[in-house]
Amino acid sequence: MSNVETRMPLSAVAPAKPMAHSRADRRAEQVQTFVRYALLIAVGFVMLYPLLWLVGASFKTNSEIFGSIGFIPEAPTLDGYRKGWETSTPYTFGRFFWNTFLIILPKTIFTAISCAVVAYGFARFEFPGKKVLFASLIATLLLPNVVTRIPQYILFREMGWLDSYLPLWVPSAFAGDAFFVFMLVQFLRAIPRDMEEAARVDGANSFQTLIYIVVPMLLPALISVALFQFMWTMNDFLGPLIYLSSVESFPVSLALKLSIDTTEAFDWNRILAMSVLALLPALIVFFIAQRYFIEGISAGGVKG
Amino acid sequence: MESRYLGLAYLAPYIIGLLVFTMIPFLGSLYLSFTDYNLINAPVWSGLANFTDLTTDRTFKRSLNVTLLYVFLTVPIKLAFALLIAVILNYRLRAIGFFRTAYYVPSILGGSIAVAVLWRYIFADAGLVNLVLTSIGLEPVNWFGDPVNALFTITLLRTWQFGSAMVIFLAALQAVDKSLYEAAAIEGAGKWASFWHITLPLITPVIFFNLIMQMVQAFQEFNGPYVITGGGPLKSTYLLPLYIYDEAFKNFNMGYASAIAWVLFIIIMVLTVVAFWSSKKWVYYAGDKRS
Repeated sequence: MSNVETRMPLSAVAPAKPMAHSRADRRAEQVQTFVRYALLIAVGFVMLYPLLWLVGASFKTNSEIFGSIGFIPEAPTLDGYRKGWETSTPYTFGRFFWNTFLIILPKTIFTAISCAVVAYGFARFEFPGKKVLFASLIATLLLPNVVTRIPQYILFREMGWLDSYLPLWVPSAFAGDAFFVFMLVQFLRAIPRDMEEAARVDGANSFQTLIYIVVPMLLPALISVALFQFMWTMNDFLGPLIYLSSVESFPVSLALKLSIDTTEAFDWNRILAMSVLALLPALIVFFIAQRYFIEGISAGGVKG
Repeated sequence: MESRYLGLAYLAPYIIGLLVFTMIPFLGSLYLSFTDYNLINAPVWSGLANFTDLTTDRTFKRSLNVTLLYVFLTVPIKLAFALLIAVILNYRLRAIGFFRTAYYVPSILGGSIAVAVLWRYIFADAGLVNLVLTSIGLEPVNWFGDPVNALFTITLLRTWQFGSAMVIFLAALQAVDKSLYEAAAIEGAGKWASFWHITLPLITPVIFFNLIMQMVQAFQEFNGPYVITGGGPLKSTYLLPLYIYDEAFKNFNMGYASAIAWVLFIIIMVLTVVAFWSSKKWVYYAGDKRS
């Protein structure tokens, strides 16, 4: 398909010409390569060890968590998971995971649909005010959320939407994440219009062209959008913190914070075990679909 | 023939969203910043009172200083680190994909509350970091008891997430025309010289992009201090977004909170404008082909 050139050539590292001329040069080159690998491995180890330690610690007894550098538990226990799952609230973490899912699913679907439609409008049509509207998209990208948050809260409060998922869902149905629209517009601009024009000649209207021609071509980018939205919503903390007040509707992020605040001061392994579970969905999705993430950020640049 | 307004129909969701969720709230918060509003009574116009109050508010002053310190500490460290690793990865190394993935994992997870929880544990007095320090013969550090150290743990958390900035740098580095290096080598330029005079100028657009994005983000840091340090000790990690949150959603001083939000917004905007203005001097667009 024709969208290959829109992606950054991440793996296309052109092999440079061999530069080593003398044996001494080659020797120096080898030392440098060794130093580079050593550095990369050391940095990678320092970065990933805390995560490894977290997983190990979640199977440790509370007395073993502090005071040991190693991550392998001496007396492995599932206590942290068993008791952490129960929580000190009337609900289990199962409920909080379900709530997270209830927030993510509509939000991701709304985002994908609204952003695709809007990006199609920007990339394929000329209309009065297009320049201004596109400039507003870029401005929204740079606009700090902190400045709109309070009136948004007041707005949702007036509508009686507090303590429901509506404030988290609804903006995404109106292409609320400018970044995704921008990314899809860039993607669409790089796709030739031949097929769409052919469809139009055959009598398809612009909406049919969108559904049957553009969306299938846009699919890889839409998957990136859905994945990023999944990840961000999974990690979102401030939104639920502001809008949700009943524990029964808490997502995992809020429930974790709650468990830090309410768990007995020495039941560390429960919190660590639930932290592991909280990270797991994002990690699994990332490893299954990592090329969409890396291509997504290389193509558009992303926060994170 | 189709109407020339057809495109606008596709933009309708965006236009509605822009008005309702961005423009009106944006102007609304400007209005609120000149009022007293506690959500119960209607907003009362108070002129510049909120802003004059800010000039004598010691919490605000402290919070502002801490925020600036945090941003000027975090953004350069994170970007320098991301660039350094990207440059190393850009040498013809094997397993580049493996390292790129490994370094990117923290960016995926870093926003999660679970990672902030982890940070609380590994920087605790008897936590992993201090154990490592003592095992190599260094003194353990009181991370959360000391104002500067506490702020630095949050800087470290965000630096740990350098992966996304690194991937962007790496893509730019790989797009640099290799023949330029060969030409430079023929002219007798060393590696350092060709990095300084070829690579760096060519990737300035990406440095600029990362700089703006990271800066805007750092000014809005909330999760890290909220969960890891709770703003302490001695308000040393009490960044402005925390203060805005407390004023708005704990004390229900919507007007005052909006005034703080606007000060923060203006700081971000001024720095962004300065960055854009200065970019004409240092950002290099070679044969710009971008549409």
